[in-house]
Amino acid sequence: MESLVEKIKSGYMWDFPGGVFPPERKKMSLRDPIQQLPLPSRFYVTVKQHIGEKAKISVAVGDKVLKGQALTQVQGPMQLPVHAPTSGIVESITDHPIPHPSGLNDQTIIITADGNDEWCLKQPTINYLTLSKVEIVDKLKALGVAGLGGAAFPTYVKHSNSQPVEVLIINGVECEPYITSDDALMQAYAAEIVSGIEIFTHLLKPEVVVIAIENNKPKAIQAMEQACAGKTQFIVRAIPTKYPAGGEKQLIQVVTGKEVPSGGIPADIRVVTQNIGTAYAAYKAIVHGEPLIERVVTLTGEQFKKPGNRWVRIGTPVEFLLKQGEYQQSKTPRIIMGGPMMGFTLHNAQTPIGKISNCILAPSETELPPATNEQACIRCGFCADACPASLLPQQLYWHSKAKEYEKAQSYKLFDCIECGACAYVCPSEIPLVQYYRVAKSNIRLQQAEHEKAEKAKERFNARNERLEREKQERLEKHKQAAEARKAAMSQDPSAQDKVAAALARAKAKKQTDAPSPETKANPKQSAAAAIARAKAKKAKAQAQAQAETNISQNEPNVENTKLDANTQNLEPTEKTNDAPANSAADKAKAAIARAKAKKAAKMKQDEQASIASSKHDRQQEKQQETSHLTNNQDDKEARIKAAIAKAKAKRKQLGEDK
Amino acid sequence: MSFRVASSPHGHIQRKTSNVMLAVALACLPGIATQVWYFGFGVLIQLVLAISAAMLAEAICIRQRERNALLTLKDNSALLTGLLLGLSLPPLAPWWIAIIGSVFAIVLVKQVYGGLGQNLFNPAMAGYVVLLVSFPLSMTLWLPPLQLVEYQLTFTDTIMLIFTGYSETGYSLAQLRVDLDGFTMATPLDTVKTALTNQQTYSEILTGKVFSDGYGIAWFPVNLAYLVGGLWLVQQKIISWRIPTAFLVTLFTLSFITHIISPDGSASAMLHVFSGASMFGAFFILTDPVSASTTAKGKIIFGILAAVLVYLIRNWGGYPDAVAFAVLLANMCVPLIDYYTKPRTYGHVSG
Ligand code: SF4
Ligand code: SF4
Repeated sequence: MESLVEKIKSGYMWDFPGGVFPPERKKMSLRDPIQQLPLPSRFYVTVKQHIGEKAKISVAVGDKVLKGQALTQVQGPMQLPVHAPTSGIVESITDHPIPHPSGLNDQTIIITADGNDEWCLKQPTINYLTLSKVEIVDKLKALGVAGLGGAAFPTYVKHSNSQPVEVLIINGVECEPYITSDDALMQAYAAEIVSGIEIFTHLLKPEVVVIAIENNKPKAIQAMEQACAGKTQFIVRAIPTKYPAGGEKQLIQVVTGKEVPSGGIPADIRVVTQNIGTAYAAYKAIVHGEPLIERVVTLTGEQFKKPGNRWVRIGTPVEFLLKQGEYQQSKTPRIIMGGPMMGFTLHNAQTPIGKISNCILAPSETELPPATNEQACIRCGFCADACPASLLPQQLYWHSKAKEYEKAQSYKLFDCIECGACAYVCPSEIPLVQYYRVAKSNIRLQQAEHEKAEKAKERFNARNERLEREKQERLEKHKQAAEARKAAMSQDPSAQDKVAAALARAKAKKQTDAPSPETKANPKQSAAAAIARAKAKKAKAQAQAQAETNISQNEPNVENTKLDANTQNLEPTEKTNDAPANSAADKAKAAIARAKAKKAAKMKQDEQASIASSKHDRQQEKQQETSHLTNNQDDKEARIKAAIAKAKAKRKQLGEDK
Repeated sequence: MSFRVASSPHGHIQRKTSNVMLAVALACLPGIATQVWYFGFGVLIQLVLAISAAMLAEAICIRQRERNALLTLKDNSALLTGLLLGLSLPPLAPWWIAIIGSVFAIVLVKQVYGGLGQNLFNPAMAGYVVLLVSFPLSMTLWLPPLQLVEYQLTFTDTIMLIFTGYSETGYSLAQLRVDLDGFTMATPLDTVKTALTNQQTYSEILTGKVFSDGYGIAWFPVNLAYLVGGLWLVQQKIISWRIPTAFLVTLFTLSFITHIISPDGSASAMLHVFSGASMFGAFFILTDPVSASTTAKGKIIFGILAAVLVYLIRNWGGYPDAVAFAVLLANMCVPLIDYYTKPRTYGHVSG
């Protein structure tokens, strides 16, 4: 039997089910070669632009930075730095709109350009073959190279794997209508791209490299074929134009006939994919020592008077690009970042270009008419015919809308790649993908809640066990101490005296502490006194707790009061657990409890950190949104969560004690 | 600048539900024309009655739910239901037949289930079956093709027959069915059925008036016209090829086998496929998206199931044609079929 590699080499291709053929409209932006732009005066560099975690900011407001200088430092796995797009001054570090579908604000480093565009010290490597694998991977990481195709997956991660690779697929498909940035890049920089691919092959040692390009880009195909001439391991493959052939999973299916297992990654089937733009960025990084601070962006749509491809520095605000492309404002303006099928509308023109922003699309009302009225699903099944993942979109829609999430999952909601083919063909104009997104994020929230509850339960059980153990130990200790005392007493009369004195002292103290005879006579008064005492104690505990939280964490007041309230609730629990009424003992007890709580909090924090880090697994790529959420969770958030969870557990215990 | 925010995808294919429904209605045109040609203006009058009743009933229901009736009517689904029901009625059936059928189809079969997209049964066929069961006499009085009737009906005759039961000259429908030789004529399938039970052989039957070259007069061209319209729908990808193909192939195969085994005791495969509501059912009724199966495999199973039922009822049931019953029975199985024919999703080993 022919091996897969032989079959691929012989020109065999596979197909994927479904797919749609939206009007391509690519010519609009392909009239001219890629243009350079003047520098904008201000850049907004989003700190987290990739899937994974934020790296640590390593510049301060007022610092002078040079072009290409790292603005953040990698400290853990799945982190990726960002770099200064030009030389200038760090004006501020603040929350600013980010190039993300959520339209939210997040940490952004704002740089005022000084106009010199002065490079920092670059470290080019003419012959990267002299570098070790580790050195190359480190360089890719340090220079911020991310997958420019869709998800900004840190490139170095794909290359740190030790699994053998059969097929390396270079994705030059660019199946979204309108977008031509990869096409333009291939036409102009084929040789550089091939050098970049060679860096990947050096790292991965694949048996074959397939450069897949949709057959509607003859010029790009020709350019790449020329650049690959004489390299027998490289195959330039023109694949049929069908949306979404450029989706990673679909492309793998087209090129190899294999499917990435659900929940798995391509490496599981010995395939790695990289984007054309990523190959170019890798070339720039390794050979020229230049970090990823610039990319090709397609400006297109009928509202642009001057559409076309531009070299755009990462961090350039979209507004600047609108001006450059001579954007004509319409009555109801709509700016899409990305393509018409999967792109998202911007809320704010100050949103910057990120590493994966490949297109700014400003369509007129007529070329992409906005959806008018959503009608009932007529179960026509057009959506199912279009779905490349062979899902039943109408069932997903039905269950997502009815919030029957379990059923939605049984119809494999999470295998939906949100390509939008179903919504594109739906005659009832149902925004299907929107329903799926909402359902997915709700399910994730539910799962997170569930996990949290589970963890709290575990902690609660662990705590009970520990308390029980400690109680036994204490009893044991007391017993031993008593025995020792007895032994000593029987030997040493002076010791006996001492004991007697101590007893007397304790008695005296008890009298002052314990209700006096008069109050005993008056039950009302004694009750009042007891209440007063309890209140005082509570207040004290509260003050302590507050002090503690203030020291350990600089949190907004809301949080403090919340914690206070919780500690207040907790106090009685501690009391019922540890009986002694002696105030001295109580104090000690409180101190111990405090120490314990601190320790627990710390442990919890560590635990969370370790959980978080163990989460950078394969699912990361898939669960964009989740990671977006979890990754925002810095120290601060983890601590708050720990505290809240702790308090909840305690409260539960209180309930049970009662 | 404030931007309009929308969710992806931002483009949309220009094929709306209303257009889909309209296309199906348009594809009926050749069939309608042929039916009018062979059966007279009655066909058109039934259509007008059924469509207006259906749309009126729909509008009233939507108004009751305080939604925009005009917007809903624009989806053309009520129009199509009325059209399909109207085409199934005997052209000279009394006027209230069409009205009752349409109102039942829209109100009880469609709207009570929750409106467009929610109904389990095909509304037109449910309406038809209710009529057939409740008014069997009126529903089976098909006048023979115009070419075979002795008395040529004028337009006024037609109107008077539908609204009063008697033609201008005082003939009743039953009288009109009698042919030149005094035989009561029925549809080809009906004729075959009755004759077979009377111990006639199939070849003898074919010599009857309603047949010519082994096909039913009028019914063959009518079926052909629906086939043409249906193929256009398939070519336009408005209906899936799977259901009609599965249906017709199964029906053909079953009757072919029976006819080989017993050439005298059964109708030929071609007669089955080109008689009664075979083509109309295959392309226009079974393919109603709402009540048909939605999975690829499911559509095939659905088509086969309907064909088997049609075959069984035609041969052993109490009614000469059976498409309506078969469709309703198949509709009931759809949830089950859909559940067990989920496609295998990308990256999964099995569905
Ligand atoms: S395409 Fe739209 S109307 Fe048709 S089945 Fe899918 S969701 Fe329903
Ligand atoms: S968005 Fe999801 S359900 Fe719709 S076609 Fe794409 S993969 Fe299928």
